[in-house]
Amino acid sequence: MIETDWLWGLVGGLMIGGAAALYLLVNGRVMGASGIIGGLIDGSGRDAWAERLAFLVGLVAVPALAVLILGGADTHLSTNPVVIIAGGLLVGLGTRMANGCTSGHGVCGISRLSLRGIVATVFYILVGGIVMVLARHVLGWI
Amino acid sequence: MQRTLFAALAGAIFGLGLLVSGMTDTTRVQGWLDVFGDWDPTLAFVMGGAMIPMAIAWRVAARRRVAVLGTALPLTQDRKVDANLVLGSSLFGAGWGLAGLCPGPALASLGWGGWGGLLFLLAMVVGMVAAPAAKARIDRITQAA
Repeated sequence: MIETDWLWGLVGGLMIGGAAALYLLVNGRVMGASGIIGGLIDGSGRDAWAERLAFLVGLVAVPALAVLILGGADTHLSTNPVVIIAGGLLVGLGTRMANGCTSGHGVCGISRLSLRGIVATVFYILVGGIVMVLARHVLGWI
Repeated sequence: MQRTLFAALAGAIFGLGLLVSGMTDTTRVQGWLDVFGDWDPTLAFVMGGAMIPMAIAWRVAARRRVAVLGTALPLTQDRKVDANLVLGSSLFGAGWGLAGLCPGPALASLGWGGWGGLLFLLAMVVGMVAAPAAKARIDRITQAA
């Protein structure tokens, strides 16, 4: 199993990119997860609310159904509520301040060599790595 | 109707891709960020794989100018690197490193993520509600400086 992980990563990645290509070429929109949900939350995406909501329904319901039938999935999320709440707050605040996350800035931005996408990705990976290493190896939180 | 149908389809494929690639498993994401531990290269394959269809799609988009369903394609690029982009991405990275979830996988794994997954999503929504005010404040500070 271990040696095929990269292959599943590649296949899943192609599906993620395929979904983004479909959303761009058919609907004419950039597929950014934080922007799609964030626009519904702060009202900035009121004009395309039905499209956003439909995207979120597909995103939540279809993988849930697949796992219900096939089983075998686990998020292995921390059970420490402080880590969960702090993580969620930072992800929500940061992605909306930066106007994008891993899908919008990472997948959709870098693939068009967007300067903003590249800068955003460098910072979230760099800070993510530092916080991860500190929290695990120095502070022992996770 | 067509718009919502294709949006739901894109969401579904995106979610299944996140599941198949292992990105809904926080140990994979944190294993990739943890360069001092047992490093997991999967995330690089996921990112690389996702770039391939999208790089082609941007080339097609530049030629078409209009999407299949009639919307003008978003071809103009915002090139402004400002404090909100750098600070926001850094805050996002901190949360991502801490919990191992970013917005897409947090939504995709809601069905099996239990109370923890739900709590993460609720906190993320609260952070998103707070963001416009924080963003405006950062803009005011950087413009004054």
